[in-house]
Amino acid sequence: MIACGGGEALPQVMIQADKQEVLAYMSKFEFPPSIKSRPVWGRLEARAGKHHLMIADAEGAAAILDIAAPELMAKSHVIYIPNGADFADKLRDLKPAQFYEGPSYSASVQRIRRVLQDAHMGLQVYLAGTEGLMGQAMQEAVSAGIPHTAIQTEHRGSTARRMQCVHCKGITENVEVDPFVCSHCGLNLFVRDHYSRRLAAYQGVCVDAEDPGNVPAQKGIYE
Amino acid sequence: MVEKPLTHGVIGRDDMTIQFNDETFRDDYSFYNSAWAIKRFPFPFDKDDYMYSVNMEPHAGGREGSIFDNRFDVDEHYVSEMRDRALVLASDPLRCQSLPHMTLAGWDLLELIMVSKSEDYPDMFELHRDGDKWRWINKPLGIDDSFTFLDETTLPYGPMEYITRQTQGDFAVLDQRDDNLWMDAGMITTQADWSLDFDIGMNFFEWHAPVPLAHEKGIFVRALKFLLNIQQGSPVRRLNWTMTVNPLLDTSPENYHKWGVQKTTLTPDNLGSKQHLRVELQTFFRLPRSNAMVFPIRCYLCAFQDIVSVPKWGRRLHRVIRDLPDELAEYKGFAANRPMMLDYLAKFDDGLPTSPGIWPEIETEPALQK
Amino acid sequence: MSGATKIGVRVTEIVPLNNLVTRFKFEPLDGSLLPTFSGGAHTVVEMKDGDRTRLNPYSLMSDPSDRNAYTISVRRDDEGRGGSLFLHKNVKVGDEMVLSNPVNLFSLDLRAKKHLMIAGGIGITPFMAQIKQLDRNHGNWELHYSARSEDLASYARELTSEHPNDVHVYYNDKDQSIDLEQLLDGQPLGTHIYICGPRGMIDWVRGTAKELGWPREAVHFEEFLAPKPGKPFEVKLAVSNKVIEVGEHESLLEAIERAGVDAPYLCRGGACGQCETNVLECDGEIVHRDHWLEPDEHASNEKIMPCVSRFTGKTLVLDR
Repeated sequence: MIACGGGEALPQVMIQADKQEVLAYMSKFEFPPSIKSRPVWGRLEARAGKHHLMIADAEGAAAILDIAAPELMAKSHVIYIPNGADFADKLRDLKPAQFYEGPSYSASVQRIRRVLQDAHMGLQVYLAGTEGLMGQAMQEAVSAGIPHTAIQTEHRGSTARRMQCVHCKGITENVEVDPFVCSHCGLNLFVRDHYSRRLAAYQGVCVDAEDPGNVPAQKGIYE
Repeated sequence: MVEKPLTHGVIGRDDMTIQFNDETFRDDYSFYNSAWAIKRFPFPFDKDDYMYSVNMEPHAGGREGSIFDNRFDVDEHYVSEMRDRALVLASDPLRCQSLPHMTLAGWDLLELIMVSKSEDYPDMFELHRDGDKWRWINKPLGIDDSFTFLDETTLPYGPMEYITRQTQGDFAVLDQRDDNLWMDAGMITTQADWSLDFDIGMNFFEWHAPVPLAHEKGIFVRALKFLLNIQQGSPVRRLNWTMTVNPLLDTSPENYHKWGVQKTTLTPDNLGSKQHLRVELQTFFRLPRSNAMVFPIRCYLCAFQDIVSVPKWGRRLHRVIRDLPDELAEYKGFAANRPMMLDYLAKFDDGLPTSPGIWPEIETEPALQK
Repeated sequence: MSGATKIGVRVTEIVPLNNLVTRFKFEPLDGSLLPTFSGGAHTVVEMKDGDRTRLNPYSLMSDPSDRNAYTISVRRDDEGRGGSLFLHKNVKVGDEMVLSNPVNLFSLDLRAKKHLMIAGGIGITPFMAQIKQLDRNHGNWELHYSARSEDLASYARELTSEHPNDVHVYYNDKDQSIDLEQLLDGQPLGTHIYICGPRGMIDWVRGTAKELGWPREAVHFEEFLAPKPGKPFEVKLAVSNKVIEVGEHESLLEAIERAGVDAPYLCRGGACGQCETNVLECDGEIVHRDHWLEPDEHASNEKIMPCVSRFTGKTLVLDR
């Protein structure tokens, strides 16, 4: 067995300065302050551990590139869902121990479950990209037995939300406007900041219940 | 499971001390409070203004006949409330959920309620225990079940669902870990507009996240510290309140698109009978086997016209509603109706001083001077 | 209101297990049933030692569902302030005593897919109750128990004969020790670690788990601190307007109680946070010894846990 049980922390200085400059244009969004159930996304950092699972979509790849060091990547399994972005080759070039490129989250989820099923305590989980991706992957890791506070996250890319209709329970993906129409029951819903980790979704509530038909004009969620 | 109603709008049996109303909390809203129920209504304001506070006190009895008297209050609405709960669950089973690790806490809760009710209301409830072989008799609901304690296969539902289908009030069962409380199980059908299905799994700060002002005042940090240290045998309680148009128990977010519009049906003429003050008796008990907590939230409804029949309450309710910060009226969902409510309540406020405390003081407080 | 609800009991059995450890059994005075509890809970034992009342916490080790009796095992501490010596020397079968209702600060995380227990010496006691609880619910657990010698390994024989596959015992005098890295490596996701034993063992396991990338929430530990003796000091209690002297062998909390001032407490071992007290004035140094306050709170000297912490210096004024 390789003597690496100590799992020494990987120093942050391994990020190359020029790479940081290149990535400076990548979208990073400053979420406005909100209520206590709204998730606060962090900043990925390399942590001690023998095994590392990294799951990212679209521009989330950039957050992985930011912390990628050869020693870390040699112990990492990367699952990437491009959603039209163009980072797969850059990630592959990091030479992760395992690399998988999936066409969508739902196509990748069985694989994520399989990886978690075999994993051991000490596994480090890194999630990067959209809130929908991070929320759903976190839910898988939590059900597998990792406390949510031990899972690292970093938001990149789209700020669209995964919304649950509190009335019909249907999930509408990629909601960018408020109010919006539930893709299942058709009610006009307003977008709340109240968030459920278990559902990996924000709550949508009927906006015209007290005055049916009086639906405010749509605007961007963060407008 | 519910006995057929007898005549004259009351149900129950002759040998029981409470006559149960035959009433509804939906459609025709035949709910009513008897004179007895009005007098023991838990009016939540102990002075003429209101702001959040932790306001906990030991839940160790109270004035005789008051709703604080027993660990789990049973009143004239019992049978009809249980019938309403069964209707809610039939249409939406997600209102009762328990994460897998909470089964032991469910047994704790079943034991707590069965022991308490059989001791506090021996004419209505009986518990016979021989080791793990238990027999539970609930006369008002006509139930007589034998089962094996801690064996889920011997009950028709999980232990929490079984006992809370027979107990008034909502129940949030909270796991304690990492210096926090986690809402990991519950029976929630008479809620003030929050969703168990959405909030299950959240910690104390997360499920209270939508409450305005209180976080900034540090209320929840203090309340949590207090709750984490509640010990076996030393339950505590507090009152909370909101407003509901029509005596609707199930003011759930799930059905808000159906009941929300009822808020717009108030008129100056029907306000006294339609507008209800909704009060929650919230209690907290430590559960012994699981080290979890149970947080029963018992809802009491009272129409404005019944509240103002107590002169002290009429005066005070007007002043509280008039002076409440806008954020709270908005959060509690009655900002739009507040002016109409104040027009109504002003008629019952003659400006006389009120005595401290929540009790009606019908004998000592002066009658309305206008 | 101070402490948990009290229970009057009678000592019905005293069994010396070895040179250091004795087991005590308590049954309720009035023939009623004791409250059930959860594995890991402790009770605070009240001891009337002359004009002095000693209050020491001990883990309950009996079956949590047995409501007829509670048992505790007490290790004699010849260096300590005398609580364990009092139990060993003065308490007889038939004596009436007072216990607190069970309080659990070392609860199982029932979500765990596996419970990995690590015990050192007398730290075995809470696991005795937890194992009984888990067995009843078909829980998945494993115990690693380290003791100085076979003679001092209380309950090791009983545990290994009842659970030959799940209990692993290590005797220090035979140079046996837990291979911790090996043990922690390869545990399935959802495993929780529980440690009860000497401070050094707790630090060792927590440190190793952290290095191996275990989340903080999956590592549970319990250490009761016995209040350490120290130089006497003077304290002013602002609310009750009293000046009290804390003696060499008593804790600040005990001195406050001796002065007739009601102060909240539960564990009396620096863990539960119940006795947290605001410091109004401090000219000197507070010797913080608790697990409860955060490091910045210790540094600020605005709070003190009087059950275990002391003071040296000129003036200390408390909001009590």
